[in-house]
Amino acid sequence: MSPDTSLPENGWIGRPLPRAATRRLIEGRGRYTDDHAAKGELHAAFLRSPFPHAAFRIVDRDAARALPGIRAVLVAEDLAGLCRSWRCESRAFPGLVSPEQGPLARDRAVYQGEPVVLVLADSRAVAEDGLELIGIDWEELPAVTDAAAALEASSPPAHQGLASNLGWRTEFGDGDVEAAFAVAALVVETQLTFTRHTGVPLEARAVLASYDPSAEALEVRLSHQIPHQMQVHLAELLGLPMGRVRVIAGDVGGGFGIKMHVYPDEVAICAASRLVGRPVRYVCDRIEAMMADIHAREHVMRARMAVDAEGRILAFDLDDIQGLGAYSVYPRSSTVEAMSVLRAVGAPYRFDAYRARLRCALQNKVPTGQYRSVGHPIGCATTERLVELAARARGEDPLEFRRRNLVPEAIMPWTNPAGGRMASLSHAACLAEFERLVDLPVLRAEIAAMRAQGRCVGLGLAAVVEYTASGPAAYGLAHVPVAAMDTVVVTLEPTGDLVVRASVAEIGQGIQQGIVQVVADAVGIATSRVTIHTGDTGNAPHGGGAWASRGAAIGGEAAWGAGRKLRAEILAAAAALLQSAPERLNLRDGQVIDATGMPRMALADLAATVFFRGHELPAGLQPQFTATQQYRREEDVFLTTNGFQASLVEVDTDTGLVTALRHWVVGDCGRLINPLLVDEQVRGGVVQGIGEALLEACRYDAGNGQFLTGTLADYLLPMADNAPDITVGHVETPYAGSVLGAKGAGEAGTCGAPAAVLNAVNDALASLGAHVSEMPITPAVILRALGTLEAAP
Amino acid sequence: MKPARFGYARPDTLDGALAILAEQGVEAAILAGGQSLMPMLNLRMARPGLLLDINRIPGLDAIALSGGVLTIGARARHAEVLASPLVREAAPMLVQALAHVAHPAIRNRGTLGGSLALADPAAEMPACITALGATLVVASARGERRIAAETFFLGVYATTLEPDELVLRVEIPAISPGWSHGFHEVARRHGDYAMAGLALALHREGSRVVEARIAFCGVEAATRRQAEVEAVLVAQGAEAACAALAGLDAMAGAEVTAAHRIHLARVLLRRALGQA
Repeated sequence: MSPDTSLPENGWIGRPLPRAATRRLIEGRGRYTDDHAAKGELHAAFLRSPFPHAAFRIVDRDAARALPGIRAVLVAEDLAGLCRSWRCESRAFPGLVSPEQGPLARDRAVYQGEPVVLVLADSRAVAEDGLELIGIDWEELPAVTDAAAALEASSPPAHQGLASNLGWRTEFGDGDVEAAFAVAALVVETQLTFTRHTGVPLEARAVLASYDPSAEALEVRLSHQIPHQMQVHLAELLGLPMGRVRVIAGDVGGGFGIKMHVYPDEVAICAASRLVGRPVRYVCDRIEAMMADIHAREHVMRARMAVDAEGRILAFDLDDIQGLGAYSVYPRSSTVEAMSVLRAVGAPYRFDAYRARLRCALQNKVPTGQYRSVGHPIGCATTERLVELAARARGEDPLEFRRRNLVPEAIMPWTNPAGGRMASLSHAACLAEFERLVDLPVLRAEIAAMRAQGRCVGLGLAAVVEYTASGPAAYGLAHVPVAAMDTVVVTLEPTGDLVVRASVAEIGQGIQQGIVQVVADAVGIATSRVTIHTGDTGNAPHGGGAWASRGAAIGGEAAWGAGRKLRAEILAAAAALLQSAPERLNLRDGQVIDATGMPRMALADLAATVFFRGHELPAGLQPQFTATQQYRREEDVFLTTNGFQASLVEVDTDTGLVTALRHWVVGDCGRLINPLLVDEQVRGGVVQGIGEALLEACRYDAGNGQFLTGTLADYLLPMADNAPDITVGHVETPYAGSVLGAKGAGEAGTCGAPAAVLNAVNDALASLGAHVSEMPITPAVILRALGTLEAAP
Repeated sequence: MKPARFGYARPDTLDGALAILAEQGVEAAILAGGQSLMPMLNLRMARPGLLLDINRIPGLDAIALSGGVLTIGARARHAEVLASPLVREAAPMLVQALAHVAHPAIRNRGTLGGSLALADPAAEMPACITALGATLVVASARGERRIAAETFFLGVYATTLEPDELVLRVEIPAISPGWSHGFHEVARRHGDYAMAGLALALHREGSRVVEARIAFCGVEAATRRQAEVEAVLVAQGAEAACAALAGLDAMAGAEVTAAHRIHLARVLLRRALGQA
């Protein structure tokens, strides 16, 4: 039978419930990778390249081997027979230059922090003692760090033998850009510089690999967002059948995109466990994490926008340089980020022509990759800076300029000249809610009053469109093995409780709670009777994990489908026992009821009958109390979401410090499965965006290429007192192509916050005739803009 | 990120500690609050042969006010100093400054003596005790020695302390009538290392500054009394004093240049003189 798709009235979906795991985690009972110990385990430490680019020769391992407690000192050659090398390839990026990579560097290191030697010992401390005894002759090579300089013909190569550091380039677009700029009444342009930053999850990457030589099987505990993806890659790289690789991501202390890649050190640990036949544990230090986790968002964007006499956007013309790092990150590629940047430019607006030129530069820096709201914050900041410049040039209210240019609902679905498909975006409704929430007339009066007191304050706006919940074509067309589908298995237990096994991944964002609410409604049972397991490839069938804000939109659909299948089985069995018909029965709060609402049979009784007293069942009745649903979305490669943000900041023009005073977000992420979780995802994302705008930077010495921000005293994260009050509002336009109608929510805050803050700072500085075009907006950036400090050399 | 191997001693008496320092002082690192030492050990930037834990030695954390002198034991925790009514009465500058020192968890362990002996140029306490005209009392097996704060700090992590010496206490002249204290700093986030910090004590007659004691943190490699700036301030007033800061030998860095630090020093001084 086809499942009933109507959501119950007053159900669990839509309730702002705290997640069930909160208490356990708050009480310190979380079990992260490092909390698990394996019998006989060895502890690993890596000798990482201290240089951004160097040739090396390992001349002495004996001294380290002689140290008591050292069990192995491994170099690339030791692992070569156990583990294949890999190379980032994507049909989406033909001609992408990314050299072959292995678990340990061989002969040459191409970024600082690249793993070179792996020491196994009885403790981490002894392993680190061992590192100091390894003799290596290093020959430093010229380091390529600045992305723009890397592309100049005079630049040394990031990898020896490369003719150029151009990793990939493309030009694309649609419409007559030249003509649009020729007829434009107004052309605004900017060059924006974005400095690398990274995700900094509370729990650093960690791996505990246990290879069992007798079973020829590998079990890996891994702090990762996508355990099933890692099962695929570890099986492939180590030459094992997939079924003999089990990846378990237990409690995961945050990911933000940092933990969705294949890292050489993690592969090395798995290979080493196989080599020595013992479990091997490795936990990334914060200093290792800062230098060797993927970085993100190193771009120099030159952008211009053409506007007609009526203030309508005609065209965008973009020239973006992306700092790729030493490799394109495996398997998804670093280039994906740049394409996300470019596709996000102009996304909220209607325009006729678009042209983008992209050059990705190979550098002697750690690879860049996908970080929360991949690329979008840069595309959004670029667009919204241009929009702000245009409104200012026209002497117009920036909100009115935006209102005029938003994609009208009448023309959607619409594919814009950048190739972005805009469908069922609720710009008008979001704008109305935004204006209600922000109360602009009152706010502008407050700002005027503050300015009258001599305070340098500014208001910045940002219209936001985000591509979320990637469908199968996103990576499928590129032939990159990434699952954009999910599997959910729902089992009725003999007690009438439900157990859910799902391929979505819980990384602290609360998706388990969301899935539980969906299953509870789909079946007709209280959430307290539903238990969910995620993160273990031995427990849940294949699926996508946590990325692209996909859990509710994709995993949620699978959960609904599995729950509905199980419900149908339950009602069919109940009908047989009650001598009724399934369509005359219903299931509510764990009770089978009839059309009048009269309880007829408790689910627990039914389950006990089926599992323990099957002889009482009518002949031929074989209830299937485990239901599985695999779901992929067939339409819409992405689910576009939309919204607005505003930031109010104060600039101390003497010190250059910027304080975020308030922040507002209105978003439409479709159906809200759990508004509490969505609100806090939005707030967390905004804070991360404020960090991006004002604080966070991975810096390298301009001369020798040394990494300068290896500790949290150097790499500044936003803290509680850097977070302003964040007011969150919603417009709920369910996605018409699915049952639940959920779209992506988890990255929306990060998408628009940097743009809003950038515009707010520039609004504050405008009366002083100054502006900034660089992130993070550090005190030095402000003081240089004001002419207090000389421009950087 | 595990420390290199080290020995460990935790004497119960001061004499015991000084005897160990006499023998192994060059190799030893003194563990009080550990808030700077432990990270440096873990990063293997500090590699002492011996960790000498002074937390069991009685009497090193007393705070007393007597005869116009505030005495603070070297092992007094920042949180204890911050909460002390005696400190608030006799040296309000310290209370103002300690609010900028990191965060409660760190202040619960970190100590005044540890901060002074480490001599991080960005740390607040060295600038304060310099501006306050304090005296450090240090001890070794050879006996006790008194060191004026303004001669104690030599550079980045460098002081006049000998390897066999332990800071016992700091003696601070209590604030005199007519004087006011101030501490101000600029940091990227609250509790971060200061990009620039200003400790100042002013003696005013009416609105005129007749005497001043000024020290900076986070600006020069070693904190010192800014005698020249003080003299200009008294003789020529605030604007001239701010101009005189051009002579500071400010530290240069990638993120914060020397000119940037001097600018911030000037902002701090101008604001402080405006407020005070």
